[in-house]
Amino acid sequence: MKLEREIKTAFKISIPVMMGYSVLGFAFGLLLVSFEYPWYLAPLMSLFIYAGALQFVAINFFNAKAGFVDIAIASWFVNLRQSFYGLSLLKRFKKTGKLKPYLIFGLTDETYALLTTIKDDEQLKKKWYYFFLTAFNQFYWFTGATLGAIVGSNVEFNTAGLEFSLTALFVVLCIEQYKNLKNPIPFAIGTISSIIALAFVPSDKMLIVTISLALVLLFFFRQRLNDE
Amino acid sequence: MSSMELYIAIAIMALVNFLTRVFPFIFFAKRDLPQSLNFIEKFFPATIMTILVFYTLKDINFSLYPYGIKELAGIFFTAVLHLVLKNYLISIFLGTIFYMALVQYL
Repeated sequence: MKLEREIKTAFKISIPVMMGYSVLGFAFGLLLVSFEYPWYLAPLMSLFIYAGALQFVAINFFNAKAGFVDIAIASWFVNLRQSFYGLSLLKRFKKTGKLKPYLIFGLTDETYALLTTIKDDEQLKKKWYYFFLTAFNQFYWFTGATLGAIVGSNVEFNTAGLEFSLTALFVVLCIEQYKNLKNPIPFAIGTISSIIALAFVPSDKMLIVTISLALVLLFFFRQRLNDE
Repeated sequence: MSSMELYIAIAIMALVNFLTRVFPFIFFAKRDLPQSLNFIEKFFPATIMTILVFYTLKDINFSLYPYGIKELAGIFFTAVLHLVLKNYLISIFLGTIFYMALVQYL
């Protein structure tokens, strides 16, 4: 097969996300049908929205019969952080041609994390490698959510704690980032911003507050960052 | 919500979600990222990766028993595994199993 190498590499890299997404997606599907919404909304939302936090929040919108304007504004805030992801991918995505819209659409926290951390193998056709990585991740989310919604509450396996695989993924990616950068300041900024936000902000607003704070600090330490 | 309203709500969320992701690509399609922002391209991934670790723990209450000890132990275990073995699949698998054991059996 022509793109065998790209598919294989993308699959291997995406396995940790498989563990996290299938479980979280499953939880989303379960939660959705527990409020008596039809099961097929789970695959529909995973296909067209494809944003973990937003899909969970969406269930609250449905329950509260929220107005469309409220939904639009709240969705924007929930996903605002993702606007910053693109900033560091402008160059990488430049030569991705027709695949670009899908690559941008599929830019979740985890996909972004893998794209920016894993070292590029020079032999790979980048754009196809990015495409398969993104598509595998969405497939896991889609399948998890659909199964969760169909299976309902007949789960036997005790999955408590399996969601930690996403924490573990980010821990490992942090270490890899450090190996690339060898500069502790961004990590210190991330840690301090997170702790401040965790202490003073409700958990549903934690991420956007943390990112804003971190950006301010990054600007503040710009000179020192560039000097090292 | 009626089923029509559900579909409209989903369409709105899909659109807004895509707009948040596509925004920088549209905004910087014609011009280059200003030099003053180039450091963001370089240092933001490391910062956000750190933040995401905390983000996954946002619903853990560190002021109540057991004070997030299990999560910290899981992170420590995962990090040590990764520093020693340098295989990220093994680190994540074993780290997760270690944490699941803590949550399910302690």
